[in-house]
Amino acid sequence: MTTTATGNVPPPAGAGEAGGTGGTGKSGPGARRSARRRPRLPGRLGRGALPYLFLLPALVLELLIHLTPMVVGVVMSFRELTRLYIHNWGEAPWSGLDNYRVAVDFDGPLGESLLHSFLVTCLFTVVSVGLSWLLGTAAAVLMQDRFRGRGLLRALFLTPYALPVYAAVITWAFVLQRDNGMLNHIVHDQLGLTDQPPFWLIGDNAFFSLVVISVWRNWPFAFLILTAALQNIPREVYEAAQIDGAGVWQQIRRITLPSVRPVNQVLVLVLFLWTFNDFNVPYLLFGKAAPDSADLISVHIYDSSFGTWNFGYGSAMSVLLLLFLLLVTAVYLVFTSRGRRAEDG
Amino acid sequence: MRRTRRALAVAVTAALAAVAATGCGGGSTDAGSNDEPDKLTYWASNQGTSIENDEEVLKPVLDAFTEETGIEVDLEVIPWDSLLDRILTATASGEGPDVLNIGNTWSASLQATGALLQFDEETFARIGGADRFVPSALAATGAEGQDPAAVPLYSLAYALYYNKQMFADAGIETPPTTWEELVEDGQRLTGGDTYGLAVEGASIPENTHHAFVFGQQHGADFFDAEGNATFDTPEAAEAIKQYIDFLAADGIVAPGNAEYAQNQSLADFAGGKAAMLLWQAAGTALEHQGMDPDAYGIAPVPFQADPPEGGRQVNSMVAGINLAVFQNTDNLDGALDFVTYLTSDEVQVELNGAYGSIPPVLAAQDAPEFATEERAVLRQTLADSAAPLPQVPAEDQFETLVGTAMADLFADAASGNEVTLDSVRQRLHEAQQQVTG
Repeated sequence: MTTTATGNVPPPAGAGEAGGTGGTGKSGPGARRSARRRPRLPGRLGRGALPYLFLLPALVLELLIHLTPMVVGVVMSFRELTRLYIHNWGEAPWSGLDNYRVAVDFDGPLGESLLHSFLVTCLFTVVSVGLSWLLGTAAAVLMQDRFRGRGLLRALFLTPYALPVYAAVITWAFVLQRDNGMLNHIVHDQLGLTDQPPFWLIGDNAFFSLVVISVWRNWPFAFLILTAALQNIPREVYEAAQIDGAGVWQQIRRITLPSVRPVNQVLVLVLFLWTFNDFNVPYLLFGKAAPDSADLISVHIYDSSFGTWNFGYGSAMSVLLLLFLLLVTAVYLVFTSRGRRAEDG
Repeated sequence: MRRTRRALAVAVTAALAAVAATGCGGGSTDAGSNDEPDKLTYWASNQGTSIENDEEVLKPVLDAFTEETGIEVDLEVIPWDSLLDRILTATASGEGPDVLNIGNTWSASLQATGALLQFDEETFARIGGADRFVPSALAATGAEGQDPAAVPLYSLAYALYYNKQMFADAGIETPPTTWEELVEDGQRLTGGDTYGLAVEGASIPENTHHAFVFGQQHGADFFDAEGNATFDTPEAAEAIKQYIDFLAADGIVAPGNAEYAQNQSLADFAGGKAAMLLWQAAGTALEHQGMDPDAYGIAPVPFQADPPEGGRQVNSMVAGINLAVFQNTDNLDGALDFVTYLTSDEVQVELNGAYGSIPPVLAAQDAPEFATEERAVLRQTLADSAAPLPQVPAEDQFETLVGTAMADLFADAASGNEVTLDSVRQRLHEAQQQVTG
């Protein structure tokens, strides 16, 4: 840090401790000058508390907006919070682990339907995230080199991500209607590929409809992130590889993918969390009566809570979902950071 | 530094505990007060053709109330698909409107929460007396033996709407009066892209309403005398199968109807794709869809030709909207004045006239607006052969679970799977098992 600043402007937090020329060591003229410029907070407390002071507004809002509802949700999950108590739920009797027992009793009807919903959601997430990532990567790699119309194509690819989810899903619902939808008009009426117009919003096909819409919405995000990451790879590396005789596949495998690995690790995690928790798409597409094949867990929990007014049980399921996602995230982070360390080492 | 961190941790924990503790209080049980006598918040359900239409209808009525009393009314019209969620959230948080519309089938469930003002004798006297209302509408305002949790505002009933031209083309002179006739007529009317009947197969409320009527006609109540759910009785299975069979076995409903939940059946009827429709006061909506009122006729919903043992002569639920007051209102007197005003004869005539419904206030029914063919059928049904949905606290579960089971059965049938008495009973059994609380 140079010492040319004048007046009472404080140095950036922490910068003073970083040392360097004229730093804030305990002795020397720099230390004295620096101490004069500090805001008038009592010495040690000022240095220690300042970062926290700056973080305080964010911390308070984070507590209010995110953590408090979570804590309240956890408290609710231990209570028998049915219609009789929602008006004054401080009076709802404590039910211990009863709500959790019902949720994980997979022989019981409620546990069984929760397990079914969980498995459907897992399958949906794996397929949707896999396809979104694959499409995003493929498009980003293909558009890595400059060509005419690249900017236009990029903008076009990002459109689904920019559209409001409500408008987008309602449009899809129109497209997928059996009798008046555009898809059946093409598949059945024009191409004659099916004997009967198939259903896309009920029955087993609903799962595929959901996957298609989810991938359609999410892959532009993967594309966007990977496009940014690819721009950091120096051209010279590819040129050197070409001189050494590496083909396209080898360049992708040996240069592109390893270079974007840290980005991919975060990208896949974020896509996983978004997809697993997705509420808007299934709710807008199927309403409150989602078909069994597309019974995603967030809508399932909503239906269980608001459909039968059993918020204690709904909270217990939410807490279980939270624990599962935390576990997966933790395992994923440990696994990927270990891999990265091994690679760095 | 460590001390600072520890202090912060303690502060955060304390704050969280405090918030959680106060948050756990939920909505307050405070009785109403008159702390804010100059304003009211009113949540209205969507009765018109759109939210904007409702605002247009209600604004002059509310302005007149403000002029009369000096009380400003803050109106919010809430779509049906989010109304109950909003009410539940308001109930839990204690932050709700002063006066609100509720679907009358929710009355007993919401009554059980204790959040709504009970209309005891004294309160009824304050708004003009209980005897001003049609008894069948008043029966759908809360559990039997308890003071009502709301008062009726708009009454509706189901009727059979039929396309006169299509009937004439098929040589059918009179609308069906029994389900057997409806199936027979429906089959004559089905051909090519047109079908005899249109249904909302994926709509949970529509399914539930029909389950109730067919249930009554088969002697199935869905609840026992103690209010416990009895969804999977043999009578209930027979009743629901008869309704699903319109699509599954009789072939008078287009398979695509299994995914209808956005009033597409109304559009199919108005567009001549279906010859019959079972609907509540469809007149205004059909007009909005561009159907000439002379193009369709209205008849009572059919009965069983040969009623099974225990079956009742019921062909509609007592449908309608009730007006409730949140118990913790800050303007109790103003809220009751507002209820008195909305249930006064003149306002009843004006609002029910605009919405195509029937006034549940007896004196208002004599107005010339309610002398049309449609209103005559609805009034007769409400007076003679309509019954309220079970007024028990667990009614919400009937709507959700049985309505969903029926949507699944329609989906099964439309996908070509056979729907048998056993498969219906199995679905109902699964619904029954999910009853909680």
